Amino acid sequence: MKNTEQVYNNRRNKSKSIANNGIHKSGDNQRKQWATRNDGLRPHPSWHIVLTCYLTFAILIAFGYINEFLTYIGLKRNKAISETNREGYACLYGTWQSFFTRYIYRRVCDAFSQPICSVPAGNVHVLDRKSDDYNLTFRLTGNKTNAINLGSYNYLGFAQNTGSGTDRVLQTVHKYGIGIASTHHELGKLDIHIELEELFARYLGVESVVTFGMGFATNSTNIATFAGKGCLILGDEYNHASLKSGSYISGATYRSFRHNNMNDLETKIRDSIALGDTKSGQKWKKIVIIVEGVYSMEGSIANLPELIRLKKKYKCYLYVDEAHSIGAIGPNGRGITDFYGCDPNDIDLLMGTFTKSFGASGGYIAGPRHVIDRIRAYTQSAYATNMSAPIAQQIISVVKVLIGETDGTDGIERINRLSENTKYFRKRLKEMGFIVLGHPESPVIPILLYFPAMISPFVRLGLNRGIATVGAGYPATTLTTNRIRFCMSSAHNQQMLERALNIISQIGDEFNIKYLKT
Amino acid sequence: MEMSIKWELKEMFDSLISAPKYHLALEGCLVMCVLWLLFHKSYKPESTKLTEKEKEELIAEWTPEPLVPDTPSDHYALNPRIVTSKLGKRIVIDGHDCLNLSTHNYLGFVENDKCIESAIKGLRKYGVGSCGPRGFYGTVDIHLELESRLAKFMGVEEAVLYSYGFSAISSAIPAYSKVGDVIFVDEGVNFAIQQGLIASRSKIKFFKHNDVEDLHRLLLEQADIDRKNPKKAKVTRRFLVVEGLYINYGDICPLPQLLELKKKYKVRMFIDDTCALGVLGANGRGVVEHFGVAVDDIDMICATLENAMAAYGGFCCGTSFIVDHQRLSGLGYCFSASLPPLQAAVALTSLETIENNNSVIEKLRQNCQSMHSLLKDIPYVKVFGEPIAPIKHLRFANNTNDHKLETKKLEKVVQIAQERGYALTVARYLDDSEHLLPKPSIRLIVNAILNDQEMKESAEMISQSFESVLNLY
Repeated sequence: MKNTEQVYNNRRNKSKSIANNGIHKSGDNQRKQWATRNDGLRPHPSWHIVLTCYLTFAILIAFGYINEFLTYIGLKRNKAISETNREGYACLYGTWQSFFTRYIYRRVCDAFSQPICSVPAGNVHVLDRKSDDYNLTFRLTGNKTNAINLGSYNYLGFAQNTGSGTDRVLQTVHKYGIGIASTHHELGKLDIHIELEELFARYLGVESVVTFGMGFATNSTNIATFAGKGCLILGDEYNHASLKSGSYISGATYRSFRHNNMNDLETKIRDSIALGDTKSGQKWKKIVIIVEGVYSMEGSIANLPELIRLKKKYKCYLYVDEAHSIGAIGPNGRGITDFYGCDPNDIDLLMGTFTKSFGASGGYIAGPRHVIDRIRAYTQSAYATNMSAPIAQQIISVVKVLIGETDGTDGIERINRLSENTKYFRKRLKEMGFIVLGHPESPVIPILLYFPAMISPFVRLGLNRGIATVGAGYPATTLTTNRIRFCMSSAHNQQMLERALNIISQIGDEFNIKYLKT
Repeated sequence: MEMSIKWELKEMFDSLISAPKYHLALEGCLVMCVLWLLFHKSYKPESTKLTEKEKEELIAEWTPEPLVPDTPSDHYALNPRIVTSKLGKRIVIDGHDCLNLSTHNYLGFVENDKCIESAIKGLRKYGVGSCGPRGFYGTVDIHLELESRLAKFMGVEEAVLYSYGFSAISSAIPAYSKVGDVIFVDEGVNFAIQQGLIASRSKIKFFKHNDVEDLHRLLLEQADIDRKNPKKAKVTRRFLVVEGLYINYGDICPLPQLLELKKKYKVRMFIDDTCALGVLGANGRGVVEHFGVAVDDIDMICATLENAMAAYGGFCCGTSFIVDHQRLSGLGYCFSASLPPLQAAVALTSLETIENNNSVIEKLRQNCQSMHSLLKDIPYVKVFGEPIAPIKHLRFANNTNDHKLETKKLEKVVQIAQERGYALTVARYLDDSEHLLPKPSIRLIVNAILNDQEMKESAEMISQSFESVLNLY
């Protein structure tokens, strides 16, 4: 295996020729080796950790029931569960859901949805809030904390309010305004959308691209155009809610396979083809495999070469959701196909969003012309307003920087910086003894806490000391694999990373979560 | 004792020997049947164990369908009309400068200078994207301000802001209504609501468009079912979903009568004010203000900021008890990036403008009424929609029932209008996905920035275009 230094040097040499918009075949055997490694697997927690986790929830639930009882007999008043003016109506919320929100989530919800008042760049200004009624409502204190932003999806650092890109967006605001108030199929198609779609197709190396106004809606409204009743969708068990929602709406049968486990996927494909739809007795019309490029809670990267091999062998179709991987991985920042050196035309549909690496909003689907034409004609987003022109301009500006057409080598420098930051941060966290999940080159870096009770203190303490982090617990993760997630950005410089690592190390020592420390 | 047992056995043996032969044969058969039933292998259709060789054969001979069927190359979505200017009062389509009668710019705020200025201020302060969902540092102070201003404007406790108008109502319905619940819906609702209904997996009962009697009939049926099973009825949630101003018909829902039924049968009511916000009511608060109904009686109002407010995004508002639930259960809220701050800034400015001065809403209403009376007089054209609604559906007066032919005729009208400098559009639907496909029509949208002269000329042009197409066919 080449050492890291050699890889960096190779990348820097390649970057000089990028200026001519050349696409480099990364062709890294190294990456393919990594793909077969056990990424995404984590050491199993020992029995006493598991026991303590369940005990935590048991205590919380017990206290919740005591509270409920006190409210029931009238000793306590709970504003959150009283509804006025609706006597005789059926109860609106299911018991466990509202119980969880009231007595478990409510205790820690100050660690989520913190408001900010600046650009979500490398540093972010988080507004301080205080609650006078046990987290039911918050009021802003008027102060703000300047923290290193390890929470926003700003991989390439394009969340900025100055620069040539912003100036072009400004001009577009003057030219087109903000609102369009019309849809794809009526008068909502602007020349700037056509420009964006053609440029993006060039950037990805595919035949055609169609763009939409919202990333979530791109999945939930378009899966129905190519899958329906009688089709089978095999999705990774950690697929995003938008993919599951879109699959359900399409009417196709959705089955999941174990996360990134290609053997399990192959078994399921073989069984599905051989047995067909056991409910109707018919063979499946088609099988679509839906995976994500980078999984936002696991930090793992899909095993694309193996997926392409399986899809070709069994005549299935492959749909890759590159929300977190486009722009963020690959030596040219072109996503998972660039990362593995695969041909993007081997994937039937590449989907992604413009929210993360492009600092804009919206989503796209890319693929062969006849498939994209079908999506253009039958998308359910035909009823939704098309993307705003300044947003489209922001994406155009960013793509031009990434392919080197504007701002010289700024694009490749950002991509390299992100990659270096990612590798450095992961290396240091591992050295400190944290359990770091995910692929070594994924800019999404989760560390395992195990205990749910640690999530909000970590986030709160982190913010007090100057880092903004994201905590994830049940139901986004399982009961025992609660974690803190850091998102790398090329806007972070070495000092910021050092400072962040020091704070994380401090908190790690205080909380005793350096599980792998020898 | 032993004697009696021995005696019984002997009696049994005697009766066995003395029984007729057919009797013995029958009993023998029955015994064989019982033994067979006990010991034969039971039929298990699920565990068809295939050998590896059989599996390989099945896999080799399976041919999937192509990913998508071919799309006709003359489909209108593949040959869109390209706009190269702001979609304000005038709009440049395919090089033609036209008067805009087709986009939902009801109050003309797309070109409002204050809105543009606030967008630029927002851009200079926050950049473009918010780079995260609401739960993870994507909540910007401007979102909180917009939510509280919207709640105050609508006269409710709380508002939840979504980043896309389409996903506001389509995420809200499945957040409350689950498997086993019942939703009563008007059959003419828009597609976003239909998506929400599918995602909710509940029992959907459509009632005829704006037909309160039909809804009453359905509610009585449900009451019968509830009487038979009161335990289940107690936990079955019931919802009623209507639009304030229907985009597919241009008419207004009969809110007071619907409210009576809602209160009588204890059904929760959700209203989609996508086209009514900024249009109906003296101050633009939607259909609730239009009828003067207490907003407390409505469980939730959803609306979009993409039409009258000329911004992006949508919101759901109501009591905190109801609406706060979406912050954890609304898929389009939790799992999607938040609204870009510059778009929220535009929405705030539009909101401020109509709060301070409702004259633009008054002007819109006058324009709608004038346009309606102008169009009503055209002999070949039939106008559908309320006089005060900005949405007017135009169809040929002698309508054949041929969907394709009518669409073709209307597309020709649109083409002629564009050549003469007027931007119209045929209302586009996904024919195979709509629950109740409306008849083909031109959706004409009146806005507040048209003057009387322009409306008169538009009506004349429409008359001429319809006439020339009639002569062609």
